[in-house]
Amino acid sequence: MPDLLLELRSEEIPARMQRRAAEDLKKLVTDALVERGFLYDGAKAFATPRRLALHIAGLPARGKDVREERKGPRVGAPDGAVQGFLKSSGLASLDQATVVSDPKKGEFYVAVIEKPGRDTLDVLAEILPAIIRAFPWPKSMRWGKASAQPGALRWVRPLQSIVATFGPETETPEVVPFSIDGIAAGTTTYGHRFLAPEPIEVRRFDDYVAALERAKVVLDADRRKDIILHDARDLAFARGLELVEDEGLLEEVAGLVEWPVVLLGTFDPAFLDIPAEAIRATIRANQKCFVLREAGSDRLAPAFILTSNLVASDGGVAITAGNERVVRARLSDAKFFWETDKAIKLEDRMPKLDTIVFHEKLGTQGERVKRIAALARELAPLVGADADFAERAARLAKADLVTEMVGEFPELQGLMGRTYAALQGEHASIAAAVEDHYKPVGPSDRVPTDPVAIAVALADKLDTLVGFWAIDEKPTGSKDPYALRRAALGVIRLITERQVRLRLLEQFDAAGQALSHKSADAPAKTKTNYLTDLLAFFADRLKVYLRDQGARHDLIDAVFALPGQDDLLMVVRRVEALGQFLETEDGKNLLAGYKRAANILRIEEKKDGRTYEDAPDAGLAAQGEPEERALSDALVSAREAASKAVAAEDFAGAMRALSSLRAPVDAFFDKVTVNADDPALRRNRLALLNALRAATREVADFSRIEG
Amino acid sequence: MSSAVDLSPQTSFQGLILTLQRFWAAQGCVILQPYDMEVGAGTFHPATTLRALGPKPWRAAYVQPSRRPKDGRYGENPNRLQHYYQFQVILKPNPENLQELYLASLDAIGVDLKLHDIRFVEDDWESPTLGAWGLGWECWCDGMEVSQFTYFQQVAGVECAPVAGELTYGLERLAMYVQGVENVYDLNFNGGEGDDKVTYGDVFLQSEQEYSRHNFEAADTAMLFRQFTDAEKACRSYLDAGAPTDEAGPHRMAQPAYDQCIKASHVFNLLDARGVISVTERQSYILRVRELAKACGAAYLRTAGGGAA
Repeated sequence: MPDLLLELRSEEIPARMQRRAAEDLKKLVTDALVERGFLYDGAKAFATPRRLALHIAGLPARGKDVREERKGPRVGAPDGAVQGFLKSSGLASLDQATVVSDPKKGEFYVAVIEKPGRDTLDVLAEILPAIIRAFPWPKSMRWGKASAQPGALRWVRPLQSIVATFGPETETPEVVPFSIDGIAAGTTTYGHRFLAPEPIEVRRFDDYVAALERAKVVLDADRRKDIILHDARDLAFARGLELVEDEGLLEEVAGLVEWPVVLLGTFDPAFLDIPAEAIRATIRANQKCFVLREAGSDRLAPAFILTSNLVASDGGVAITAGNERVVRARLSDAKFFWETDKAIKLEDRMPKLDTIVFHEKLGTQGERVKRIAALARELAPLVGADADFAERAARLAKADLVTEMVGEFPELQGLMGRTYAALQGEHASIAAAVEDHYKPVGPSDRVPTDPVAIAVALADKLDTLVGFWAIDEKPTGSKDPYALRRAALGVIRLITERQVRLRLLEQFDAAGQALSHKSADAPAKTKTNYLTDLLAFFADRLKVYLRDQGARHDLIDAVFALPGQDDLLMVVRRVEALGQFLETEDGKNLLAGYKRAANILRIEEKKDGRTYEDAPDAGLAAQGEPEERALSDALVSAREAASKAVAAEDFAGAMRALSSLRAPVDAFFDKVTVNADDPALRRNRLALLNALRAATREVADFSRIEG
Repeated sequence: MSSAVDLSPQTSFQGLILTLQRFWAAQGCVILQPYDMEVGAGTFHPATTLRALGPKPWRAAYVQPSRRPKDGRYGENPNRLQHYYQFQVILKPNPENLQELYLASLDAIGVDLKLHDIRFVEDDWESPTLGAWGLGWECWCDGMEVSQFTYFQQVAGVECAPVAGELTYGLERLAMYVQGVENVYDLNFNGGEGDDKVTYGDVFLQSEQEYSRHNFEAADTAMLFRQFTDAEKACRSYLDAGAPTDEAGPHRMAQPAYDQCIKASHVFNLLDARGVISVTERQSYILRVRELAKACGAAYLRTAGGGAA
């Protein structure tokens, strides 16, 4: 079976786009083939800084023949119909049609159209240019003379050549005949820009990979990553050091070289005064180099790993020296930032925060810090934190945003704040809170444990959420520019994983008060609305969170349907208890009884055009069947017991109280006819069923529970 | 006498400049002199901004002194300057082998491509004040950024057709590299030795100190605010005064108007360095300059240089 080899060679493709582009290329070409009925055995795509390549193995040489029968008019039909038939089926005359006879319809014409399968080569020549022209690069460009014309080819950077061959292993493959904007597909490519600048002739995938390898190009990004990782580890090991591994950086670096050559550089140990994270950020972000640590310790070593793209004639001496110079200059800058930052206390940076706009409608960072500090103070007793500590931590939490170091490396926010706070002698809890108040960032990030950090983390997120809700900048669909979903999830994780009791609406209100001068023009009514809306958003987020933990979404709905559910920890506990209860026999049967009662009530209430919400008359029940009386009594005591247990936050106890209803409910349905002839009895029995519905509402809205 | 001075690019700053000029002259570039106004980058020179517009082919190379008031360090930082030199090359349309030409220019100034690791690292260039963007790279030599390489896609809000290739060499940095010097002020400027040697510091240290004082402490902000408004107004009025007299006619004053746009941009940079423009205002100033640039670009397209008949 023949194979396709496709290579699109261009000027340097951004590292971050390479992997995705290779996958897109594979998907687009294979999808287009399959859509046209061409199946294949396997496909693999590759990317280097200068090329995308695709190998599709086991394609047929040509497509399947297709035979189609098209029914025409009956024999002797008017000429118009006959002409229409001939035209649509491409026949010259009726002689080419077959006559078929049908016992019912008589004789009619049939055209047999045979379409021979197309040559795969021709289909490829049609598919490939279209895919290249419409390739989904995140950003693309025009270039050269051709760019003067509208509709010029766009590519991520100038496209230089195309290799496209197709054929079986045993023969010389053919070139897929197409060209785009003057670039004709052929069999010529080039290897490494500096190490092998001569043209290379390729035939098919196997010799292509081998030829590239000889021309100092490792086609497979994963292999380049392996080479870099192993060489880096070996070089480090030989010096008694360890590589600080960094998958993101490795992926990027593998996208910057076609022929990785790993080298080790050093820097002056005096720079190790700079915090390790800052050294790492400097070397990583600006130089795309790895840092190293002393074997078996957390201490950084004064050395780094660089990955060059060249087998230099001096063994890399000049390259290493050059990189060392740049690293030295960068670290000098970082050291300067570090020394400058240390000279100014965090609290003295506050005036600068007053000049930074957080959001046009929500004021400056300075104003925000004041709000968060006040809120953290309020929250402190609820999480068992010292109020002064919480306020102090909140006041310092954003100060590092105006330090030189964070200005240069935004990813160090929080971490630098903590370092500077510790350095100026703040209490350990306060320093930790300065870093941890951003946490948790996302579903797998660490949740702070220190109460001070919890208070500030909650205050920070609640201020953000209430603020953006107040100005009606809520997330929509896939758009969430202020990461509000993440903030809400953060609050949820803090509350549930650190067992924090708080009434969200009260806290929303407190945060809203602090903002009130910002949204002064919003009428009071809108305000209540947006806070309820925010609570609904939390309910949604909690559902997602609990569902990920395996809870049933209908149980969460059933709990949220009760009024005043804004204490998330209690909601979670209640959902847990409800879930466990419904696993038991008593729970299942009670739910069945509830559903039956609700059904009867729905039908009868509709029929009668009224509800049966009055309390059942115990006296009337006493005159009825013994089961009726038993249920009446059981309802009174179960409801009271459930209510008491809920008040005591003993949700398992409340469920137990409800489970005592199972036997009387079963017996009632077994023995008692609800629709009695006596209207008073009937009314009272319906009221009993309603009382059952009401009793279950002590723990949840059972109507939301499925099954 | 002349033999006492070494003009090779590895031994003198001016040797580097002369080598680049000769190299690009050989590629058919007109070798221009710096534009006689204060600009933040070589791109602002009308030989780039305006000539990038329209269909006419254009090749030029020149040194452009560039002012970044905020980067002043009172002469105390070995790498940062508020006034430095860019070597700018523009080729429209970009030739197919522009990358090869660039590498050959590095070779010409003494960067041995068998010894040094040259890399093209993604860099999407954008100038919000010029309403311009392009795709290209930072060019790295052994981990140091030595040039910017851009394929202009849009300038002054106008799609480039054809696309121009722009190369910008950071001359001081490159010279430090080829001379093996750690501090910019130690660069040998003229290639002389002993008493004949003139360093970069001899030429520029005092002015870095003086201009840093000016940029951060003394620049008259009231005057600058006035100048910004004046330049903005003048730009508009020159555009109006030179507007085509009939529908098919040419614009007659695009370039003087553009000078005022350059002026407004530099005044804005000075105000920014003085720290008197708030974060929110900043955006609106940038927008105001961009509007001028776009209007000038549109006007230039209606001139002979811009390809109007």
